[in-house]
Amino acid sequence: MMVLITYDVETATAAGKRRLRQVAKHCLNYGQRVQNSVFECLVDPVQFKQLKATLEKTIDPSKDSLRYYMLGSNWKNRVEHVGAKETYDPEGLLFIE
Amino acid sequence: MRKLLNTLYITAPDSYLARDGENVVVRKEDQIAFRIPIHNLESIIMFGYAGASPSFMHLCMERGVSVSFLQENGKYLGSVVGNVKGNVLLRRRQYRMADGPEAVTLASRFVFAKIANSRTVLRRALRDHEESIMSENVVRSSDFLKRYMRRVLASATLDDVRGVEGDAARRYFSSFNELILTDKEHFCMRGRNRRPPLDRVNAMLSFLYALLRTDVQSALETVGLDPAVGFLHRDRPGRQSLALDLMEELRGYMVDRLVLSLINRKQINPKDFLFKENGAVLLKPDLKKELIASWQKRKHEEIRHPFLKEKIALGLLPYAQALLLARYIRGDLDDYPPFLWK
Repeated sequence: MMVLITYDVETATAAGKRRLRQVAKHCLNYGQRVQNSVFECLVDPVQFKQLKATLEKTIDPSKDSLRYYMLGSNWKNRVEHVGAKETYDPEGLLFIE
Repeated sequence: MRKLLNTLYITAPDSYLARDGENVVVRKEDQIAFRIPIHNLESIIMFGYAGASPSFMHLCMERGVSVSFLQENGKYLGSVVGNVKGNVLLRRRQYRMADGPEAVTLASRFVFAKIANSRTVLRRALRDHEESIMSENVVRSSDFLKRYMRRVLASATLDDVRGVEGDAARRYFSSFNELILTDKEHFCMRGRNRRPPLDRVNAMLSFLYALLRTDVQSALETVGLDPAVGFLHRDRPGRQSLALDLMEELRGYMVDRLVLSLINRKQINPKDFLFKENGAVLLKPDLKKELIASWQKRKHEEIRHPFLKEKIALGLLPYAQALLLARYIRGDLDDYPPFLWK
């Protein structure tokens, strides 16, 4: 299933900046960065649980927030992209030439 | 049945594969050209001279993703895979069977299915294009193949099985040309040839068989069988005999039919081929891409497995057959059910 993850991490402090970096790194391990704090992750239910657990351990819930949007397996009908920052389809042809 | 994941194909000779966290990163001229999490991948196939870092290979081995190296023309060179799964008892049974009387039985199953599926390629073409095929010869070949199917099941020795297989393959490919309905002048095939392929059709067949082979081999490794010890093909250093055995029943259905429909739907440009002085025919890069794209698309089509009675992606067929073969070798099945396309 495809999950869209967005986050806001408060970066006023050095600890906050560190959390931001960590959150981005964990998301990157599971998916594709489509905008600055927006990731699309194609995961199975187990992988999603793992990712959630890691992210929720990383953030400070009194200052930061995370949002998960479940796009399911028919996600292609639910996503439209316009403009710069080309993305790839993890289920499409992956071909580097 | 597990999910079919994606395959990453690299044809850029100047690219370098590295690891970043859980990601596979493709670098080109010190720039990141592509990045994907490893858990979205089933295998990685590299053509030509793409480089790969050891830590990238570690990641693939840990996650059971196979990395295959092919020459630019598609010839298979080798793979990097992790620790063999399954257990030594299964492999030991496989070796014993390869030396015992079961070898003839298994070999005859593979060849039986190969001939049956080749015959279905002919019958399908006859049914779909009755008016445009010079049917007499094709019908005769199909009858011959039917006879070979009976003969192979009655074979008492491996040499008999191999003999029938050779005759059947020659017969089948002698009619293959008549299944090509358009642009016969450019896509003309007189029997099967390889190393090197001498015409366009053979060049495409060879290329796609090589792709099928990487799938079959990693399927065998996934279920814990040894791809090198076969039943139909003789042991030979460096030859993945079991992979070749298991491929036999899948060639017609997965590759031959794809090549025929690509030609007949005029998706192949006859100018996308290179002709060498020694007669060898090579594929130009655009055509390789076209073939890989069609192959990937076909692998994601859903079929109902005739024995498992389950809906699976066509690309999981090698895995499903490897699983059934392992079950037979382990003694959980009384006979190996090869894939028969109806």
